[in-house]
Amino acid sequence: MVPTDLLYNKSHEWIQINDNDEATIGISHHAAELLGDIVFIELPSLDDEVKIEDDIAVIESVKTASDLYAPLSGKIIAVNQKLEDNPETINEDPYGEGWIMKIKINNKDEVDDLLKSAEYQASIEED
Amino acid sequence: MPYICHNKDDITQMLDDIGIKSIDDLFTNIPAEIRCDNLNIDSGKDEMQTSLYIKNIAAKNASNIKNFAGGGAYHHYIPSAVWQIASRGEFYTSYTPYQAECSQGTLQTIYEFQSMICALTAMDVSNASLYDGASATAEAVLMAKRINKKNKNSKKVLIPQALNPAYINVIKTTIQNQGFEIELLNYNEKTGTTISPQDNQADDVFALIIPQPNYFGNLEDIDNLTNWAHQNNIIVIAVVNPISLAILKPPAKWGESGADITTGEAQSLGVPLSSGGPYLGFLACKKEFIRQMPGRIVGQTTDEYGKIGYVLTLQAREQHIRRSKATSNICTNQGLMATAATIFLSLLGEDGMIKLAQQNWQQSHQLQQILQQNKYIKILWNAPFFNEFVIQIDDVITVDDLIKSVSNHNIVMGIKLENNYPNLKNCLLITATEMTTCDDMRILSDTINENIKTLC
Repeated sequence: MVPTDLLYNKSHEWIQINDNDEATIGISHHAAELLGDIVFIELPSLDDEVKIEDDIAVIESVKTASDLYAPLSGKIIAVNQKLEDNPETINEDPYGEGWIMKIKINNKDEVDDLLKSAEYQASIEED
Repeated sequence: MPYICHNKDDITQMLDDIGIKSIDDLFTNIPAEIRCDNLNIDSGKDEMQTSLYIKNIAAKNASNIKNFAGGGAYHHYIPSAVWQIASRGEFYTSYTPYQAECSQGTLQTIYEFQSMICALTAMDVSNASLYDGASATAEAVLMAKRINKKNKNSKKVLIPQALNPAYINVIKTTIQNQGFEIELLNYNEKTGTTISPQDNQADDVFALIIPQPNYFGNLEDIDNLTNWAHQNNIIVIAVVNPISLAILKPPAKWGESGADITTGEAQSLGVPLSSGGPYLGFLACKKEFIRQMPGRIVGQTTDEYGKIGYVLTLQAREQHIRRSKATSNICTNQGLMATAATIFLSLLGEDGMIKLAQQNWQQSHQLQQILQQNKYIKILWNAPFFNEFVIQIDDVITVDDLIKSVSNHNIVMGIKLENNYPNLKNCLLITATEMTTCDDMRILSDTINENIKTLC
């Protein structure tokens, strides 16, 4: 089961809504399993303005290199630098130490369109 | 899939599917005047007759040419062992080494090639080679755009006019539909080297190309150009002659932090001139940029028994995995030519390469001295140069007439510069290598004198 306190979107990112219109973003355990052993991550730059669905990071595994899409529009306010040296953290702890970036949300309406945990769970079971 | 040729119906259906009328429509990008529609061979000739016909045409080619033309493609000695070894079936017929377990020889050769390119350029990593120097440089421009995070929205690449004009054309072709622009940097007409750009020329620029030596053969002020670019957050692309690197400062040591990407043409390393191709491009870079490097890379690893093995590595960047988001649509390498270059470099070794570079320097400087004494010739610049330089012919004769009359004596005089550089009237780019003897040089000078006397 996927954590129930997070939001998701269909391209397998999870989103945690924090105080002050900030959000933490990572990829789901399911996505990490599909990718296999993650060997490299290309993180966005701080202060980048991103629009929803922009590709903002590249996650490379032994099998493929896959884009991470912005689940919300906003400004990048933090990236998880530890992943540059230890990208495998995403496989080991995708919802905790394996968080990828934080953004300052600039359109709260977009949050309403994200999936609840049960909806996301249903969507991956369909796949 | 059966190995049966397509029949007419197959072809018609495939053309219908992609919405064109004929196979020729696929080639409309190639100008009609350079396409070959008719070989002018009568139909009904058998192999023997055709072979004799072609041999008779080939016999009209001049042999034993004294060649003073360079400009990016050079006449060097190729040790017999190079193609004796490269022509072995194991090298000659093998192709893409995707299946590492049965391609160890090919992979190791490429790995050695990469290591030697790194030794010459002092860069951290090299790829497995690209088609030629021009396309490698164009790939480097696209790579520079990807890695320049500081001037993120910049659209321009600064290119010296003193870069090989053929390279400038290939870069134009490659980037013209990607929304990027070329801004040319003028050369100083008194020195034949690139005028240092000013800070206001750095706006909107993501990369600077620095050719060393430049197209005129002259040595550029690489350290200052490199530092200027880095101070303005501009990526530095070095375009170098690999033989010159045996005695010149390697690109990784240029300025305070070195060139970011180094490319060049490695035809000089064991590949014959052969009418312009196949040649051999190389591309090396700083380690931090390896994931944005185009093309194939071979890495060394150990197998489960601890033995050394070689594999294609970092393939996730490449087209067969990353599809349209690959770093480049180049997903092969110039395998056979890279093999020849690897054998050439192995045979010469470090000492041999230094001697070869010195000989090229010496012969071209001697040629300059000899031509300096010819009253019809002016040495245009006195900048330091490596293996070629520019001469201006006295206006009692046109360069075209002189080239033509001298060619009757089996001499290829050099490259006329006026077509690409209208200011360089009656000028020729002229080259000497280790193949140019002192007799050749005197014969050239004497032949020029005789022909001018006869024609004027």
